[in-house]
Amino acid sequence: MTKEKLKFAFYWAASCGGCEIAVLDINEKILDVVQMADIVFWPVAMDIKYKDVENMPDKYIDVCFFNGAIRTEENEEMAKLLRQKSKILIAYGACSHLGGIPGLANVANREEVFEKAYLKNVSTVNPDGVTPKTRAKVKEGELEIPEFYDTVKALDQTVDVDYYVPGCPPQVELTINAIETIAKGELPPKGSVLAPLKSVCDECPLNPTKTDKIQISEIHRIYEIIPDPSKCFLPQGVICMGPATRGGCNARCINADMPCTGCGGPCPNSPEQGAAMIGALASLLGLGEEKEKYTEADIEKLVAQIKDPLGTFYMYSLPSSVLRRRVMKK
Amino acid sequence: MSEKEDFEPKIIGFLCNWCAYAGADLAGVSRIQYPPNIRIIRVMCSGRIDPAFILEALKDGADGVLVAGCHLPSDCHYISGNFKALRRIKLLKKVLEQFGIEPERVRLEWVSASEGDKFASVVKNMVGEIKKLGPNPLKNGGKVNE
Repeated sequence: MTKEKLKFAFYWAASCGGCEIAVLDINEKILDVVQMADIVFWPVAMDIKYKDVENMPDKYIDVCFFNGAIRTEENEEMAKLLRQKSKILIAYGACSHLGGIPGLANVANREEVFEKAYLKNVSTVNPDGVTPKTRAKVKEGELEIPEFYDTVKALDQTVDVDYYVPGCPPQVELTINAIETIAKGELPPKGSVLAPLKSVCDECPLNPTKTDKIQISEIHRIYEIIPDPSKCFLPQGVICMGPATRGGCNARCINADMPCTGCGGPCPNSPEQGAAMIGALASLLGLGEEKEKYTEADIEKLVAQIKDPLGTFYMYSLPSSVLRRRVMKK
Repeated sequence: MSEKEDFEPKIIGFLCNWCAYAGADLAGVSRIQYPPNIRIIRVMCSGRIDPAFILEALKDGADGVLVAGCHLPSDCHYISGNFKALRRIKLLKKVLEQFGIEPERVRLEWVSASEGDKFASVVKNMVGEIKKLGPNPLKNGGKVNE
């Protein structure tokens, strides 16, 4: 008798859909997946209702790959439901791992998000000023939609998570590695991030070009200059999150001549990604002179060149950072 | 008296071993009076202070964080740790502003081992400033805003 097939589920919460494509990016390997596992729930590809999941016995799903952050009541409900029905719950991709790009909404609250998206956006025509309401009365009766929360959360801030696969979206190798590890039953201790421990710099092809001493006196945003593709971004004055970001991506953005933006999340030894980058970048700021000659005003000028430091250092990790969001005004 | 001035702020002080901590010690042995609102943590160098320490202190409800090290430009025992601290704290304050936390809650000062009186006046002044700002907005039973 052949071994019983595993049961996989894939779900998307607050996400862009890129992680779903990342699953298919494993190309012909998907055939191996289908051979070892039955996919029992995958809203993007299968016609299946939430009710069907509710009717599954507890722990029916062997492995659930959950992508997307938790921003609405629906996301939260599905996270709780899938936790209950799955033996292993994997936070797949930066949004469920750390909060991701949707998590940047934590610099605002629901009201501000609605105002921007439905009222003030230049491409929006909304003369009646309609914004989503959890309950709305229409001719046919009362309609109810899931509540939109003020704060975006990572998956593990809502339910217990077994493993994490980082990346925006996860690199093909990481996905294959995760699936193979599951197939072999050689999973590491619970709570592990299924990626290497070292930073992006460790895998970066430009690392050997780095000079011993980097000094940044001018900071550029990537559209402002044409960087030399054969040199490390940092000495060229482009902020690259590589030093504060977990690798496993084979420095794919750098290989495409773009700096790292930090989707791999923090390295295990400095779990506050933004703080790690503040520390790393501040140490590199300099004027090319002896430090003794700097005044506080010089340093202020250097720092002032960094536009939107929060958005740069916490692009993917704001909800899982120490402060998690902008202070909520009572 | 307003509610703001009524409250006693809790300030975490990260002091470097070689200058500021010795300065605080001198303030003590010289019996200089200063408010008891500061809790001092000795570190080897102001350049050792990871911005994450300050974020953690604020998250856990500290109303202010004082970082004190050796005078610029050349008093640092490790040559340039104080410059490192200066650049980090300036950058951190910019980020704190975006987080909606008053950057004045974090203060960087240079205090030498012979400046017991300066240490006392820094603490006195900081306590006054923080009282004006009021309690840390994150302090609601130690729970971060959700």
